This record gives sequence, C-alpha cells and structure tokens, in this order.
Amino acid sequence: MKPAPFTLHRPRSVAEAAALLAATAEEGGLILAGGQTLTPMMALRVAFPSDLIDITAIPGLDRIEEAGGALRIGAAARHAAFRRPVTANPLGALLADVCRHIAHLPIRERGTFCGSLCHADPASEWCLVAATLDATLHLEGPEGPREVAAADWFEGPMTTARAPEEMLTAVTLPLLPSAARHGFYEFNRRAGDFALGMALAVVSLEDGLMKDVRLGLGAVEDRPRRLSEAEAMLEGRAPSESLFAEVAEAVLPALDPMGDPATPADYRRDLAGTAIRRALAAALTAQSPAEIPA
Amino acid sequence: MSKHPVTLTVNGRPHAIEVEHRKTLADALREDCRLTGTHLGCEHGVCGACTVIVDGAPVRACLMFAHQAEGAQIRTVEGLATGETLHPLQQSFIDHHALQCGFCTPGFLMLAVAALERDPEMSDAELVEVLSSNLCRCTGYVNILKAVRAWAATQAAAPAPAPA
Repeated sequence: MKPAPFTLHRPRSVAEAAALLAATAEEGGLILAGGQTLTPMMALRVAFPSDLIDITAIPGLDRIEEAGGALRIGAAARHAAFRRPVTANPLGALLADVCRHIAHLPIRERGTFCGSLCHADPASEWCLVAATLDATLHLEGPEGPREVAAADWFEGPMTTARAPEEMLTAVTLPLLPSAARHGFYEFNRRAGDFALGMALAVVSLEDGLMKDVRLGLGAVEDRPRRLSEAEAMLEGRAPSESLFAEVAEAVLPALDPMGDPATPADYRRDLAGTAIRRALAAALTAQSPAEIPA
Repeated sequence: MSKHPVTLTVNGRPHAIEVEHRKTLADALREDCRLTGTHLGCEHGVCGACTVIVDGAPVRACLMFAHQAEGAQIRTVEGLATGETLHPLQQSFIDHHALQCGFCTPGFLMLAVAALERDPEMSDAELVEVLSSNLCRCTGYVNILKAVRAWAATQAAAPAPAPA
C-alpha cells in the first residue's frame, strides 16, 4: 500500500509544468493536482509514474473567474471552492448543488475540478456537468495551446482526448441564461460512493413552456453525454411528470449501459430512467413554488 | 530512493526531516515526526483514520505526500489537548462513549474539529454528512454523532476560536 518511488516536482508556473510534463511523459510522468484519485491508484500500484508534477504550488492556478460570458476554472481549483455559488449566474447554484454529491468533505478539500475531467471516471459529477453544459477544455502541450470541446473529450472510461504530454490548464463553462434552473439527481448505494446513475437537467421556462433544455446522463454509459433526442422532445413543451416519463421511456432503448455482476446493464438502464425523471422534476421545482401537473 | 529534506510544521512546531518523495504525509508524521496519534487504516483514502488538518482543512494524510505539506500548518490529534486538559471534543467523546476500540478516533476528532471550527452553525443534516466521511468498524456512529453534536452546541454559542 505504499506508492512506488518517483521524483516529485513542484513548478512555480504553467510553462515550467508543461515543460516538465513534455520532458517526462514518455517515461511515465504525470501531473499531480489534488491527488485524491491518482494517489490511491499509486498506493494500490495501479499507477506508478516516474515523475509527478505537482501543480498546486503554481500561484493563481486555482483561480475561478467570470470572463466573456463564461466561467473559467483553473487547473488547481478544488471541489470545495464550489461549495458556495462562485457566480450570481444560475451556474453558481448548479455547481454548488452538484459539489455536495462529490465523495466526502476531506476529498472535496483536496480534489480538483480539472483533475476529475482528466481522470474521466464515467461516474464523475464534474464530467457530467462538463458534458451537459458543453465545456471547453484548454490544453498546453509541446505544440502549443489547443482547445477541445467536452463532446470530443471523453473517449471512454478513464480515457480522454488528452495526449500524455499535454497538460489541462483550465476549463471554461458557458454562463447559463439568467432564468435557467437546474435539477441534479444521482443514486449510489452509500453516501459518498461512486454513482450508479445520475442526470443533470437545465431548463428555462417561458410562458409556462420549456426552452434551452439541456439534459445529460452520467455513470450509466462509459462516458457522460447530452441526450439530444430527449432535449428535442422537451423543448417548447409544458413540463409535466407524464412528459418526463414519456421522454425517459423514449431514450432508454438506445442507451448502452455499463454492466457488472452487482449492477447489470438492465439495472443501470432502469436507473437512468429514474435519474432523468427526477432531475427534470427537480429542475422544475427547485426555484418555482408552482407544482408540476401530474 | 533518495531522501530529500523537508520541514513540516506540526501543531506549531517545526520538524526538519528527510524523506523520500513517495512518503505520504501520514507516514512522515508517524515515522519521522514520531507523532503516532495519526492512525493509518486503509492507506488509500477510504477510511479517514488518518485525517489531519492542513491549513484549516480536514484532509486524508495518506493522500498527500509529505513534501507537498512544506510550509503548511498541520494539526494532528496530539495538538488538541492543552497540557493535561483535553480538548472539549475529546472530553465529549469520553462523556458520550463515542469510542470503543479507539482506532478511528483521532481521524473523527480532527474531521469534526476542522468542520465545526470553520462552520460552527452547521445544521444537523450537514453534520451527519460530514461524519459519513470516516469509517468506524465498531459502528459507534450514533454515539460519535451525540458527542460531536454536544460539542457543536457549545461551539455555536461561543465565538469561533482563532486557528492554531
């Protein structure tokens, strides 16, 4: 249960970190951010990097700032930073709500938003947020900077479009329409455990009709994604429990759920329907006293 | 396998040690600083027995490397009591029979102290959520909750102390 030997680097700038990664990636060098996933993997000897480039000593890399209609989250920003809304835009409340579901308090104090995106666990809450809101991921590599859209980022469980010598320096999330409301639902067997199914809904109401609908599903398939077919069914319609059930039923057959002996694929498919219905219901009740018609 | 010097500031006292880069903060505290109050259970971030306070935040000491803690203010269970006088939460654990074998106790103490010093007005539901971070294999959760709740009631009434 002790990590294999490695060399620790504590660079003071992104340029220095990127250069160290470029120089060591081939040998197995890795970026260390919060270390709440990588360190246990090292203790279990699932990961044995030659070099660790600790980016938490880089001044300002934990910054979260609003600019140009988006929220920019630095590579060292920790989960706990989102505990209270980081912006008055509805995005702040969404992130605070989702944040409470990530692991446990001590893990949230160390783990980072961008680290979660690099690890790309299908059950990661932040990965679902990034996919649902169409985040942009900013990378720094030997060929210079590049951007990747969230839709192109996730390539499977713990697999992303990042090349080994590229460092994720920031993620930007577009601000939401001012009237946007959100609903998040996740199911796990014990508090703080990995989710078995989760959904995130973002919707605005105009004259009682839903618009700008975003619906994302996580922890069910091998990567999080927007359910565009479901979004199209909801757009412009009045919210109701029966419509939500109809939408959930419509998307389930086309899902490709992961399965294991404890949670077979059919179980996760069924759970996806529940998560979708509950996330939508939560989005419509969260900031509105009006009851959703049955 | 070379060792590198690092100075850890634990309970206000500097400890100049030499450890490998791969040594976790938890192991460095126990083996190099000789502070064995911090316990190690799972060694991969699940059980919370090794919880210490780093710059005011409760963290798993097995998920941090000692060299990452350079310059940080580290607090361990050894720093809770003042001389022979136990910290009020330690006394509350005794009063409410919140420990049986005691293995998880240092972790629970540091977790609760950190959480409540920062947020003395924490709701009961939040307190339960916080305490769900750590494992107690004697399953003494109900009494742990009682002990923390009793201390929290006195905390909420008093002004927050300055961090050590």
